[in-house]
Amino acid sequence: MAQSLRGARIRAAALTLPLVIFITVTFFVPLGSMLTRSFHSPQVADALPRTLALLEDWDGQSGPQEETFRTLGEEFRSLAKQRKLGGVATRINRLESGMRSTILKTARKLRRDQPESWREAMVAADEAWGEAGTWRALRRAGERFTLQHYLNALDLDRDDAGRIVTQPPERRIYLPLLWRTLVVSLAITVICLVLGYPVAYLIANSSPARSNLLLLLVLLPFWTSLLVRTTSWIVLLQNQGVVNDLLVAIGILGDDGRIAMVYNMTGTLIAMTQILLPFMILPLFAVMRTVSPQHLRAASSLGATFRQGFLRVYWPQTLPGVAAGSLLVFILSIGYYITPALVGGRTGQLISNMIAYHMQQSLNWGLAAALGVILLATVGLFYFVYDRLVGIEGMRFS
Amino acid sequence: MAVGRASFTLGERLERGLHLAFCMAVFAFLIAPMLIVVPLSFNAEPYFTFTEGMLSLDPDAYSLRWYRNVIGDGEWRHALVNSLVIGVSATFIATVLGVLAALGLSSPYMPSRQIVMGLLISPMVTPIIVSAAGMFFFYSELGLGQTHLSLILAHAALGTPFVVITVTATLSGFDTNLSRAASSLGAGPIVIFRRVQLPIIAPGVIAGALFAFATSFDEIVTVLFLGGLDQRTLPRQMWAGIREQISPEILAVATCLMVFAVLLLITVEWLRRRGVRHANR
Repeated sequence: MAQSLRGARIRAAALTLPLVIFITVTFFVPLGSMLTRSFHSPQVADALPRTLALLEDWDGQSGPQEETFRTLGEEFRSLAKQRKLGGVATRINRLESGMRSTILKTARKLRRDQPESWREAMVAADEAWGEAGTWRALRRAGERFTLQHYLNALDLDRDDAGRIVTQPPERRIYLPLLWRTLVVSLAITVICLVLGYPVAYLIANSSPARSNLLLLLVLLPFWTSLLVRTTSWIVLLQNQGVVNDLLVAIGILGDDGRIAMVYNMTGTLIAMTQILLPFMILPLFAVMRTVSPQHLRAASSLGATFRQGFLRVYWPQTLPGVAAGSLLVFILSIGYYITPALVGGRTGQLISNMIAYHMQQSLNWGLAAALGVILLATVGLFYFVYDRLVGIEGMRFS
Repeated sequence: MAVGRASFTLGERLERGLHLAFCMAVFAFLIAPMLIVVPLSFNAEPYFTFTEGMLSLDPDAYSLRWYRNVIGDGEWRHALVNSLVIGVSATFIATVLGVLAALGLSSPYMPSRQIVMGLLISPMVTPIIVSAAGMFFFYSELGLGQTHLSLILAHAALGTPFVVITVTATLSGFDTNLSRAASSLGAGPIVIFRRVQLPIIAPGVIAGALFAFATSFDEIVTVLFLGGLDQRTLPRQMWAGIREQISPEILAVATCLMVFAVLLLITVEWLRRRGVRHANR
């Protein structure tokens, strides 16, 4: 008996094994590769190995030895010859702004001549080389394993003594953006709940034929391409769009008073609410379908008004659906990218858009990875709560 | 509505009326934006709004020119082919692996069921930008950046959770006595799967496959990160259209995609009802 039980367990596990392996290779390993990039950055260390070895013994206060200047100068030279200096300079610049131009200017000056004193030649090229802070930044940029990307992603920095300090308010970018993402997601969740609850109630308490028809109306947008729905919001809401034209035509707005409803936060809010609303209605409906209307009737036969019966009898029984729908909508909105990118303009961007920016435009992949890990951790936290409260198996799509 | 007593006070009737009106407004909010696109795609002018001719139902104000443009445009055709190739391949991988895993997960003997399920579902809840960034690093390190293969594997990974969830849901209504009966009559596991389990879970499998296909067909972020010019899919082409040269061609494509969505939805609903009938029998 124990033998056959063990056989059944092994058979069940073996059936899941191909997918477990597939997901591990095509999904978890890529996530791991991102995680690694968020704290592993060997590029500068590989580019300037000799200088960094010399700087290891340096006290960090006085000016470095002439030998250090010479080594760095030579390493710059050979990097410039291999056309790799620009990339290295950009990386160092991320730690200490201004370093890129300092390095490129110095390398240009040092291109040909063999100076007597490298220190003098380099300080003459850019006086930044006379400051200990420049060398400390260089040493820090050469660390193979670094928390710098996380510091940047959390709007922190190191001061000259190496202590972690917060950025001045005007230079904080990512924490306010993360906060904005959470607030917007919460707002969308609340709006979806307010819009979705009465609709789910209507569907759950209609005759089967009407209930099926109404469900189709909820499922149709759910199945329609995200880009199609985003396009239709642009068509509706833009300055020369259908809504503004209508408002002008019936005289509510003057032709010069058209409302900017898209390419800003309003656009993001409206479009995301419509796109995520089915994710709220469907779980609500699934729970409401199981709540017997007899309960409300019993309450009213005992003299409760509809409102009392609703608040004390119906609403508590639908709380699992409220939790399921709200968490699902909230989790999905935190990671939303496409819709804000297309209709958000400058002010309607969320944290995902910042990750895309660093992936594709600034090419600061380490920072993008650190932001990605932070976003993933945030979503993971709520996913964990969802799993505990609702159970992932409760997810249904049809 | 079935709730309530036979007779209503004026206040209650007012509340019900308000509730209905509110729901109608929400349904309009859900559906109307999409319906607006359909007539506009027949606009004879290159505008995104109703012209006076359209409002007065002048036949000359309507035309098929944007549809003709799309059909005659090699880029859109190329995008459609890419979408189909990637979508079908990814769906095939996702369905085979997903059904196998669902069979294992539905077994009462499956060890660490909860944890394995959580792992297999996670591609669905992970923010797509995070998955796409990770995949970009991974496939470029392997030298597979800008290939169809990387997109097929990426879309298969994103599609499997839908197959797993849909098929396990169908299997939860499966009477295990049927397998046991078949087994006692001498059927091996493969025969049991083909002749007993598969016919019963088939609607769930097809629905799951359609979900996986729809996921791939609509996916854009991994295409932006992993795909090059040769891997442009329909969503990628629309994205370019919305961001770069906005033209009513996009509305024509959007209308076609909407018709496609309606067909998918009807198929899935039909399968679901068949499944329900099966379970009730």
